[in-house]
Amino acid sequence: MKKLINDVDNVVREQLEGMALAHPDAIKVNYDPYFVVRADAPVEGKVAIISGGGSGHEPMHGGFVGMGMLDGACPGEVFTSPTPDQMYECAKAVDSGAGVLFLVKNYTGDVLNFETAAELAYADGIKVQSILVDDDAAVKDSLYTAGRRGVGATVIVEKIVGAAAEAGYNLGQCADLARKVNMYGRSIGIALTSCTVPAAGKPTFDLGDGEFEFGIGIHGEPGRQRLPMKSVDEITAMMAAAVLDDEAYSRTVREWDNEEGTWFDKELTDEPFKSGDSVIAFVNSMGGTPVSELYAVYRKLAAECEARGVKIARNLIGPYITSLEMQGCSITLVKTDDEILKFWDAPVNTLGLRWGA
Amino acid sequence: MITKDQIVRWLEKTAAVLQANKTYLTDLDSAIGDADHGTNMDRGFKKVMEKLPTVFDNDIGNILKTTGMTLISSVGGASGPLYGTFFMRSGMAIAAKEELSDEDLFTLLQAGVEGILQRGRPNLEDKTMYDAWAPALEAMQGALSTGMGTVEVLETAVAAAEQGMKNTIPLQARKGRASYLGERSIGHQDPGATSSYLMLNALLETVKE
Ligand SMILES: Nc1ncnc2c1ncn2[C@@H]1O[C@H](COP(=O)(O)OP(=O)(O)OP(=O)(O)O)[C@@H](O)[C@H]1O
Ligand SMILES: [Mg+2]
Repeated sequence: MKKLINDVDNVVREQLEGMALAHPDAIKVNYDPYFVVRADAPVEGKVAIISGGGSGHEPMHGGFVGMGMLDGACPGEVFTSPTPDQMYECAKAVDSGAGVLFLVKNYTGDVLNFETAAELAYADGIKVQSILVDDDAAVKDSLYTAGRRGVGATVIVEKIVGAAAEAGYNLGQCADLARKVNMYGRSIGIALTSCTVPAAGKPTFDLGDGEFEFGIGIHGEPGRQRLPMKSVDEITAMMAAAVLDDEAYSRTVREWDNEEGTWFDKELTDEPFKSGDSVIAFVNSMGGTPVSELYAVYRKLAAECEARGVKIARNLIGPYITSLEMQGCSITLVKTDDEILKFWDAPVNTLGLRWGA
Repeated sequence: MITKDQIVRWLEKTAAVLQANKTYLTDLDSAIGDADHGTNMDRGFKKVMEKLPTVFDNDIGNILKTTGMTLISSVGGASGPLYGTFFMRSGMAIAAKEELSDEDLFTLLQAGVEGILQRGRPNLEDKTMYDAWAPALEAMQGALSTGMGTVEVLETAVAAAEQGMKNTIPLQARKGRASYLGERSIGHQDPGATSSYLMLNALLETVKE
């Protein structure tokens, strides 16, 4: 393993320290427990948006803390979910009284830790709601698995709901919008190489020179299929089909009822994309793939969308939700409407995403 | 009858056993998970050992609740909230006691497992820690009704937990990270069921001492 690290046990802490030193005007970092908040938190009268998850996906989530996006981010160890005391303390730090929305990627560890945190925050009198992001079309069935994983759509949900909170949406409205954007989004990822978790010291899986993994998550886990290496057009066509031609997806999610102080089940079904849809197209690097190759992916993706009568209204291209140094990419398509486009275009000023501000 | 001293020694033994089996549990988790279960559990119980001396003088319920809170804030992953909830609920179930009857012990474990059920919502044969606890509780309840002594009751429960743990091998995981492997999860023993068995066995060994 060759990495720019000191002691593997201090990787996350030292990276947070560097971030705090670099951007004292934008963010504040808390170390015991770990969380990152906007320098101006809590923002009076505004719903606070918190996300979190394992480290190793930078700039997500800490890099999305700031005006128009997240109020707080809770980083776990590399690829390990954070613990409830982090989300609970972070909620206390960012809540202005308008309540806190947790945006949770669907991994059992993240889900259970955020659920525990929601109960702790509620017991403390903080208004809290929690919405799952589960957009990974590589997972086909929800009955015999823990359901679709949260991947690329997370970035889009955080941007749009962050802007809505900034515009004065209340907690329930933010939660409804988050749920909608997630249900409008689907993603698929591929890997050309594995990645090395510092604590493990060796690549998570072996991938030959002539192979690639199709349908990966964001933790270096192997994908749905291992295939012989192909051209960018062939790979992109496969990825586009996995997203654009994916059928309706149904699952039961658990949401928090802030009035009753209990969890309740919700049945949700995502509808397939259809001709006439307008989308945000997000082409993301897993960390090791250069932006130039992402444009080659985008070129083919645009053609695939056009062939199906799907119009790309906006795009985002670059490394935003990564898997350490893995070579590979993901594509995410999110159907848009006027509300979504308005908040996508709204100003955002974070370390990782910035426009209009 | 179980004394407070024995409960403390059970926690100490659990910490020692989890440390000794750290690599074993992590190896099990690398086959069907993300190779961190042993590290997670060892980190959590090390923290419990640091905390324990500060609550020695409190009642059993408080000691267990402190154990739960400590696990919740130090283990992470899926097993942190699950085991954390287990100890929180078991502590609440027996509240301010200084010693436990065999029935109290059953109440404690049952409440803990109820907590795992509420948090993770596992079904039987989903290939999780619940597959060790469910048969253990059932066996323990049966043994209690026949009037066996504490050691025999626990021996019955541990034997059932061990069988339940082994029964996870041919199962396909339907919960947690392992579920994404589909059929590839078949043929491996569930790490969480294994740590649960080790924990219950540590209780038996403590009582036998
Ligand atoms: N929903 C669930 N209900 C009960 N037990 C579960 C559930 N999901 C997972 N488990 C148990 O948790 C064990 C895995 O725990 P571990 O500490 O490795 O967390 P993890 O799944 O790797 O979390 P993360 O993905 O955040 O790293 C499994 O072996 C299983 O017994
Ligand atoms: Mg694990």
